[in-house]
Amino acid sequence: MKIAVCVKQVPDTWAEKRLRPADSLLDRESAEGVLNELDEYAVEEALKIQEAHGGEVTIVSMGPERAVETIRKALSMGADAGIHIVDDALSGSDALATSAVLAGVLKDRGFDLIIFGSESTDARMSVVPAMVSERLGLPQLTFAQKVDVNGGTITIERQTDYGFDSVEASSPVVVSVVEKINEPRYPSFKGIMAAKKKPLETLSVADAGVAAGSVGTGAAWSVVADFAARPPKAAGTIVNDEGAGGVKIAEFLATNKII
Amino acid sequence: MRMYSGNPDVPDDVFRDVLIQIRDFVRTRVIPRENEIMSTDEIPADLRAQIADMGLFGFAIPQEWGGLGLDLVQDVELAMELGYTSLSVRSMVGTNNGIAGQVLVDFGSKEQKSRWLPGIASGEIVASFALTEPGAGSNPASLRTTATPDGDGWIINGSKQYITNAPNANLFIVFARVRAQTDKDPGIAVFLVPGEAAGIEVGPHDHKMGQEGSRTADVNFSNVHVGADALVGEDGDAGYRAALTSLARGRIHIAGLAVGTAQRALDESVSYAASATQGGVAIGDFQLVQAMIADMQTGVMAGRALAREAALAYQTGEDRRIAPSVAKLYCTEMVGKVADLAVQVHGGMGYMREVAVERIYRDVRLLRLYEGTSEIQRLIIGAGLVKSAKRKLGS
Repeated sequence: MKIAVCVKQVPDTWAEKRLRPADSLLDRESAEGVLNELDEYAVEEALKIQEAHGGEVTIVSMGPERAVETIRKALSMGADAGIHIVDDALSGSDALATSAVLAGVLKDRGFDLIIFGSESTDARMSVVPAMVSERLGLPQLTFAQKVDVNGGTITIERQTDYGFDSVEASSPVVVSVVEKINEPRYPSFKGIMAAKKKPLETLSVADAGVAAGSVGTGAAWSVVADFAARPPKAAGTIVNDEGAGGVKIAEFLATNKII
Repeated sequence: MRMYSGNPDVPDDVFRDVLIQIRDFVRTRVIPRENEIMSTDEIPADLRAQIADMGLFGFAIPQEWGGLGLDLVQDVELAMELGYTSLSVRSMVGTNNGIAGQVLVDFGSKEQKSRWLPGIASGEIVASFALTEPGAGSNPASLRTTATPDGDGWIINGSKQYITNAPNANLFIVFARVRAQTDKDPGIAVFLVPGEAAGIEVGPHDHKMGQEGSRTADVNFSNVHVGADALVGEDGDAGYRAALTSLARGRIHIAGLAVGTAQRALDESVSYAASATQGGVAIGDFQLVQAMIADMQTGVMAGRALAREAALAYQTGEDRRIAPSVAKLYCTEMVGKVADLAVQVHGGMGYMREVAVERIYRDVRLLRLYEGTSEIQRLIIGAGLVKSAKRKLGS
């Protein structure tokens, strides 16, 4: 089974992130870049499927020069090869452009299964997997908490408010996964050593078959109009409990329409 | 002056990824479980499995034998990361990589290495360093455990104490006397004794002041028979040299650990000082608290520089005797003072169980005792310097 996992380098989830005043884009220097947490689950799931069914796992990532570290991290977990799409023209690309570039790279490579994390911790839009499947004309099995591979049939479980859906499609198929699906492995030292020697393909926007004018800030359908720093935390309300504390709390919750 | 030219087996870019990984592992997987390790006096099995899978049991074992093959310059950086959390986690992998494993790496025959090192590197084998005895601690020359020839093998008799990882050891690296000590020859040899050998009795594990999760115990050897292939090195001399070499290398590792723990105590203190208030003022705004933090930071930075310098000197071969003792002496005394200040910054809170600095205060007390007390380090440094000066004078 040929599996692709699309991953993104995001600023460290716990770091204080900043936008650049000049162009309202993320200041990538302001925080350490890490492999998007949900993508780790996607890589883990791909490796588990590979262990059970054989095949090859390719990591695909679009991002600046240093996103290569993120691909290496996935390779050190055990993936076989990497594809890095890096191009100055890509700066400021929105989800539509990202999906066009990824779809351009993924098509015609014969992947049976394309796995995504269900969202990135920076943009949190959860739309790229659906957009890529639409562009490729493939079925989408999104928000999977379980993936079963049975020959050419892929079945997922998706948690819903009332239970879970079981959704099935024939490969090739696009799957996105949620964090309940597995426990991502830690790369071993041997994996880290091996990752340095694994094949890594570097592509430009043109290599992906996408026109440079249709990506980047200029082509973005969604732009940041304005932003402001989060206001400092306001002082809370302190209530001295003189026997009616419970009532006061209930009143507070009711006033704020929490209950 | 000899220059360090890097480790060809683990280039800088690979090592950088390894360090990032360890740092992340320590902070996201181990620190949240420190209190669990402390209260159960055990490293949880799933954590041990992750540590083994990652390859931490063999970070200093050469790649040829299944390890990662870090040199000491890199080892000390790793030690600083491992020192940042419960020291018992480091202790679990410490004997395999350090004092026990390095005896095999440096002095084992090819057959001995291929029999033991791959299992040591993977963590399937726990190796234990059996040197200390009731009457012989930091000074191996006065050992009383004996090994006497028996047919084509040896019979070992004697008692060891405070042996780390003894309760689950698969291999004991046992130091024993093979002949009487003379001025020129300490008469000590070292043997590889399988944990299941008949006649080995491991006592109940010791109740210690700190480092919960790390197990030590007495080990008794009564008429333990081993084959000729158990002897490390061709003659008895190897044992004593192996002990000294392994301990010297280990001292720099411990210096790195001490720096890592001191950094943690400092970080805990700074963040506490910035957030805890007295009379509505952050205690970090008080200059007497700032002074304590300044002294801690100064100690940490001096220790880090010294540990790195000593590791370089060891790796290039420039100094394998004085520098390790200097680094261990300074860094372990430093972390003692830093831990004491950390408790002081925390006030009454610092005396409470489950507050990190309380554990650190107890954990680091051992660093000044094992693998040569501070007093022994001073003797090695002082006597070593005087001896080489006398040699120069030709007296």
